[in-house]
Amino acid sequence: MSLESFAQTLLFGLFVGGIYGIAAVGLSLVFGVLKMLNIAHGELLMLGGYVSFWVFNVLGMDPFASLLIVIPVLFLIGLALDRVVYRHVVRLVGEEKIKNSLLVSFGLTLVIQNLARWGFTPDERTIQVSYAGAGLNLLGVTLPYTRLGGLAIALVVTVLLHFFLHRTYPGKAILATAENWESAELAGINIHRVYMLTFALGASLAAIAGTMVITTYGISPSVGILWTLKALIIVVLAGTGSILGAFPAGLLLGVVEALSGAFIGQTYREVIGLVMFLLVLILRPQGLFTRH
Amino acid sequence: MGEMALKLTSSGLFRRWLGPAGIIVLILFVFFFPRLMDKQNIWNLFFLICLHISMGQSWNILAGFAGQSSLGHAAFFGIGAFITRTLWFDGIPFALAFLIGGLAAVAFAMLIGAPTFRLRGAYFAIGTLGVAEVLRITVSQNLPFISTMSGPLIAAYDLPVRYYLSLGLALVTTLAAYLLLRSRWSLGILALREDEGAAQATGVHVLRHKLLALALSSLFAGLAGGAFAFQQISYYNDAPFSPLWTFDALLITFIGGLGTLAGPVVGAIFFILVREQLALNLGEVHQAIFGILFILIVLVFPGGLVEAWERIRKSFKRK
Repeated sequence: MSLESFAQTLLFGLFVGGIYGIAAVGLSLVFGVLKMLNIAHGELLMLGGYVSFWVFNVLGMDPFASLLIVIPVLFLIGLALDRVVYRHVVRLVGEEKIKNSLLVSFGLTLVIQNLARWGFTPDERTIQVSYAGAGLNLLGVTLPYTRLGGLAIALVVTVLLHFFLHRTYPGKAILATAENWESAELAGINIHRVYMLTFALGASLAAIAGTMVITTYGISPSVGILWTLKALIIVVLAGTGSILGAFPAGLLLGVVEALSGAFIGQTYREVIGLVMFLLVLILRPQGLFTRH
Repeated sequence: MGEMALKLTSSGLFRRWLGPAGIIVLILFVFFFPRLMDKQNIWNLFFLICLHISMGQSWNILAGFAGQSSLGHAAFFGIGAFITRTLWFDGIPFALAFLIGGLAAVAFAMLIGAPTFRLRGAYFAIGTLGVAEVLRITVSQNLPFISTMSGPLIAAYDLPVRYYLSLGLALVTTLAAYLLLRSRWSLGILALREDEGAAQATGVHVLRHKLLALALSSLFAGLAGGAFAFQQISYYNDAPFSPLWTFDALLITFIGGLGTLAGPVVGAIFFILVREQLALNLGEVHQAIFGILFILIVLVFPGGLVEAWERIRKSFKRK
């Protein structure tokens, strides 16, 4: 393998990893605060991709600009799902809560996926922007603009989320609830509002990932569970307590997958994430990006 | 909930014999009825019910008794189907291929169970979901075609044999769940469902009990996969790995009643009969309806049909 193609593989791994990262940060945020695992996270990503697709086709809006519409739409869908479904799960405590959240969101996965198949047809959709083929050329390595833009947005969003969580009042309320919801409630935080906001933020992060997926890969009603799986594996790699640690873990998974795809074979690249998942559980169950 | 599982036998001489007699009548019915009708759609319907009883009971042993929710039963089903069919097509006698398929599912289950069961929380659920999806994608990418029986196998095809295999499997699976509940092991298994920490503190070897439940569960899911591979003339190689197999097992157990012996049986009969009707009238959307039904049962009525029946019976007793 030449140096150029190695660098190219590495960079594409980073590009994919950016999408993984932003998808996983959303899941990890919801898990960290609501203490429930949302298997339907990938379905929200899929819906975000579709919204972007329709905005592009009907309004002719560039997918990156379409985020201004996609994020609010998914934010509202997140609010609605929290009210209708997840509120009933959040009430439970401990193991029962995690278990029921897994079951309920697994059922929800099936509902959203089948409604999407019925409403959007099973065809795979993708957005071809006018500059799809264009890109920077650095020392024989191509950097397509769509991919570069996606990675840049993922980075900016992660940094913004960091500042939101640590510098603003609602953000601090979210972190306090994640730390200890009883104390947070005693301190006067309306934790139900925090839960709602957190879930809607998680859905918005999924929507950003979905927009990136539809400009680079394509979206069909059945892709949701694949993205959920990636995000779940990344959350475990990062360590379940580390919300923003999911981003570097996503980049890591992207790079490792790209390299193993190149060296072992593309058809087996999915296996590597699972192997990493099991290795981390055996060797470092607290995760790679936690401090203790 | 532990008692509920054993509540099938209640007091009173009449009651004492009513249960076993009912079971015998039911077995005689499912044994002779399809033979009397002798129609292809009846054989197939009964086959599907038995296959789903095995899958539901298999999931129930793990989640209903031991409290460990698997989100990847499709992996065990798929491995069973894949190994059985491959060996059988290669000329190994079916009975042997069938057993090896079941054992292969157990081997795979141990690979996921051993590392994830050491930790509490959702790791086992994530691990099983991961295995199922990774296997499905890997199979669909490496073998993206339809697997079809060869000419001689189709010529020798006999649907009743398939049905009686699935019936036997459903009976054996339910019997195994019954024996497990009557055994010493059940004390540890049910204890770790109720409170893992307390079970460990009172000396239950948690990992060993979880692995035992997983081994039994994956064995029967793998065998069910083998029965599917034996019955279907052709299917896409990744079809047995579809997450729907997991979902159906979950739904059946919850409809019937989680953690009860009769639950998966009642659930499978209800599920298959309703599904056939819905699929006929609504097409694809029926899956969404089942999804909503599942969410409602988990949130509002986790006891399922068995608990509903118990409640009705109790309210009659009072009068």
